[in-house]
Amino acid sequence: MSLSPVEGAALAEIESSDQEPDEKKRLVGRSPGQLVWARLRRDRTAMVSGVVLALFILAAVAAPLIQRLYGVSPNQQFGDLLDATGMPLGYVGGVSGDHWFGLEPGLGRDIFIRMIYGIRTSLLIALGAALVTTTIGVVLGIVAGFLGGVVDSVISWITDVALALPFLIFALAVVPTFSLRFYGPRDAVPTWFAVTTLIVVFAAFGWTGTARLVRGQVVSLREREFVEAARASGAGLGHMLFRQLLPNIWAPILVAFSLAVPSYVTGEAALSFLGVGLPESVPSFGRMIYRSIDYLQTDPAYVFFPGITIFALVLAFNLFGDALRDALDPKSSR
Amino acid sequence: MSAETEPLLSVRGLTKHFPVRQGLRARGAVRAVDGLDFDVRPGETLGLVGESGCGKTTTGRMLVRLLEPTSGSITFAGRDITHGGRRELRGLRQDLQIIFQDPYASLNPRHTVGRIVAMPLQVNRITPPGGVKKRVQELLELVGLNPEHYNRYPHEFSGGQRQRIGIARALALKPKLIVADEPVSALDVSIQAQVINLLRDLQRDLDLAFVFIAHDLAVIRHFCHRVAVMYLGTIVEIGDRDTIYTRPQHPYTRALLSAIPDVTTLGPAGRIRLTGDVPTPLNPPSGCRFRTRCWKATDHCATEEPALTTRDDGGQLTACHYPESGPVGMPTGEPVEVSK
Amino acid sequence: MVRFLLKRLLLAVSVLLAVSIVSFLMFFALPRDPVTGMCPKNCNAERLERVRTELGLNDPKPTQYVNYMKGIFVGRDLGSAQGGKCEAPCLGYSYVNSEAVTDTFARVLPVTLNIVLPAAVLWLALGVGLGMISALRRGSLLDRISIGLTLTFASLQLYFVGAVLLLVFVYSLKILPTPRYVPFLENPIEWARGLVLAWVTLALLFSAIYARLSRAQMLETLSEDFVRTARAKGVAKRNVYGRHALRAAITPIVTIAGLDVGAALGGTVITETTFGIQGLGRTAVEAVRQGDLPTIMATVLVSALFVVVANIVVDLLYAFIDPRVRLG
Repeated sequence: MSLSPVEGAALAEIESSDQEPDEKKRLVGRSPGQLVWARLRRDRTAMVSGVVLALFILAAVAAPLIQRLYGVSPNQQFGDLLDATGMPLGYVGGVSGDHWFGLEPGLGRDIFIRMIYGIRTSLLIALGAALVTTTIGVVLGIVAGFLGGVVDSVISWITDVALALPFLIFALAVVPTFSLRFYGPRDAVPTWFAVTTLIVVFAAFGWTGTARLVRGQVVSLREREFVEAARASGAGLGHMLFRQLLPNIWAPILVAFSLAVPSYVTGEAALSFLGVGLPESVPSFGRMIYRSIDYLQTDPAYVFFPGITIFALVLAFNLFGDALRDALDPKSSR
Repeated sequence: MSAETEPLLSVRGLTKHFPVRQGLRARGAVRAVDGLDFDVRPGETLGLVGESGCGKTTTGRMLVRLLEPTSGSITFAGRDITHGGRRELRGLRQDLQIIFQDPYASLNPRHTVGRIVAMPLQVNRITPPGGVKKRVQELLELVGLNPEHYNRYPHEFSGGQRQRIGIARALALKPKLIVADEPVSALDVSIQAQVINLLRDLQRDLDLAFVFIAHDLAVIRHFCHRVAVMYLGTIVEIGDRDTIYTRPQHPYTRALLSAIPDVTTLGPAGRIRLTGDVPTPLNPPSGCRFRTRCWKATDHCATEEPALTTRDDGGQLTACHYPESGPVGMPTGEPVEVSK
Repeated sequence: MVRFLLKRLLLAVSVLLAVSIVSFLMFFALPRDPVTGMCPKNCNAERLERVRTELGLNDPKPTQYVNYMKGIFVGRDLGSAQGGKCEAPCLGYSYVNSEAVTDTFARVLPVTLNIVLPAAVLWLALGVGLGMISALRRGSLLDRISIGLTLTFASLQLYFVGAVLLLVFVYSLKILPTPRYVPFLENPIEWARGLVLAWVTLALLFSAIYARLSRAQMLETLSEDFVRTARAKGVAKRNVYGRHALRAAITPIVTIAGLDVGAALGGTVITETTFGIQGLGRTAVEAVRQGDLPTIMATVLVSALFVVVANIVVDLLYAFIDPRVRLG
């Protein structure tokens, strides 16, 4: 049996937790997925970062509810709590029982509730972009790796071109023109449109990494006999690619996906920081930090709250992705 | 086996060359298989034996059309299947299946046993009477596995059990002929016998024909009706098992047989040691390919390639200008490289 | 070898051509009219049209593209509206300040180089060093701290770290000047003082990635048979690690480093914006905001050139480090 000690331990754990000695149930095999879950559960880092992530996601999903409980809306302005120069009254940027993270200088909006909505925006864009790029990358990578030859060369060449294009400059130029194509310069661009634009821009550039990863995996798998067995039975290309090969490369894809999400959180923030991306009315981390940099000396709290939060979000994703990698590939956990 | 029976599989001049490229120019070709002729009758097992690199595996893969032959023809049940796309081969796939050498690489680690065995049914969109699950469980039982293990994954099985799963998969479409590519060489010796016996029982019960590829002469002898000995991409000798094992005519067959560590075949002269290495198939020797290692080779062997024909009243076909005679273990003729 | 180089170069040229076409299409097809930005407040439609014709913006798109490429290789005459004769490599004149784009680049490119190259040295030394040490002392406290730190740094945002560093060293402690670029030859000390924050910021974030990568690579290599064999044969530990393992482990790191440096040279947009240093990245951002097409095109092309050249260099280095790689 090819059970490593870790797997054996995981198996033992599952078996011992099986309360019912139901014979039929015991014969059902532990799927690789169940093994991973068992390993993940024993990893403290994975659990902690997973819980933090769950909280972030919960906050994002429940943002309107939080708004109702908190009693402040993201675009509400509290001009009366600012001094004559537009700086929040009180200490640490106006932190108080009503405004937990203080107020924005100038506009006087509540930082806490804007951050809750900022998480929502960030996660929506990051998850959407990661999903789209991973799908494109997997399809192109698997096709290139399996077919090889001319198809492979063409896809590799397109990858080279995509990698050579400077992403930020392109995004900077394309995002505003996209909106101008469909909306006038003075029209308000709807949020969904801005979000879609960002996802499209990320997708156009972000698939290369996954494509390369998947291609490499497929190249190492395509000569395996189980693929040949399918071919010898008359299986078509689709069956061999997506039924035989794909289940065997889920692990690296999952890891790549979980590490792509934080990179798009960062990416969205970077674009907003450069002044493109989402309209001003949509709360977003990057925009908050972009605005806040000007107040670095006068109101550092304004820089710190969003900065720390986005850091925590990205760190939680990275830690979780890392733990996931270890759980999926026990050999790598050293 | 009556000789008049129409052959199930008929191979003529089967050739596979792998082009060797350097840059854009072709730099010759590896002549992995170079002009094979043989027949397999229904229910018959043909053993293909030879050293590693002699082209047996390539032959097996061409038979099930995992590799495209460079030239020659393969006729199966009266139909020419040498070329032809996936759709034309669909009917063929059901009658012609393969068992692989490595039971670890040949089962998809992410699929349950049930899915693995059902795969041939699934890709051919066949729903057997009683349902796929029932059929799979029948198959598992047929190969001596617990049908309740339907939902388990390959990593939970031993090598021998895995090979049984591979056999069940090959049987799913009720084939007429199975190409078994070294089906036991990756297994422990104690397990080998069990799997071989299973295959022999299946062969008898289901009236299957086999092309059985192996480098182990003992395994071949145990399993096959007829034996073809390959050397460097060609068949040097082919005939009934008993003839080949007791009265081999080709010097190479003799050398192979004398290498079996078995008291009954270890003749008084002991073991024939072949000197030198197998020449590269990129540039095989002229004339007889075995001449560079043969103790009987003459200038004639270098100029003319011996045809595969009956020699000296033997029951088999031999490709040699100077065939041996007499029982194995006593090489005749010129200076012999003999040790011990 | 020559054959490989030729093939590689051909591929590189084709990639660059594709980049030029893609960026040309995207930027020149912008609905935003660059001319309105050039024109002072009171200009009528007729004058706009004249400027447009002079700039060649009314020509068919393929003609514009061919003219642009011709300018790069043989130079071209741009007419009186924009500085007249333009020698090869002609990247055109800025629509905003009428400066030749090549002159702009001569000014801003050294700034970016002076940010990226020292930072790259720093992050490679720091990252690979840390990764190697924690691989060799696997499981130790040092290793665990290093893993934790690198993950933490890898999760930081450039502009956030930059902002904090600015706050601490420039605004609060006042031990560093506001970031700026002073040529090395003019005053080496001021050169370092002006750019050190940018270097440290880049190095902190990038070294984290390299530390993780080289740790994983080193561990993988150390578990390979040849290392064990070398140890068993009695080769000194230092030699095994230094000569055998490091060499094998460093190959993938070279790849990533090459690509990163290439990409970073194409514009450290965020760094330059955060610290307010006028390099290639910030120039590009401003050009995009002002619809300055010639400058944008040139930025894209130059940064693509960096990436492609870095790719070639990496391939060559690869063959040099790893004898298994055959050039052919």
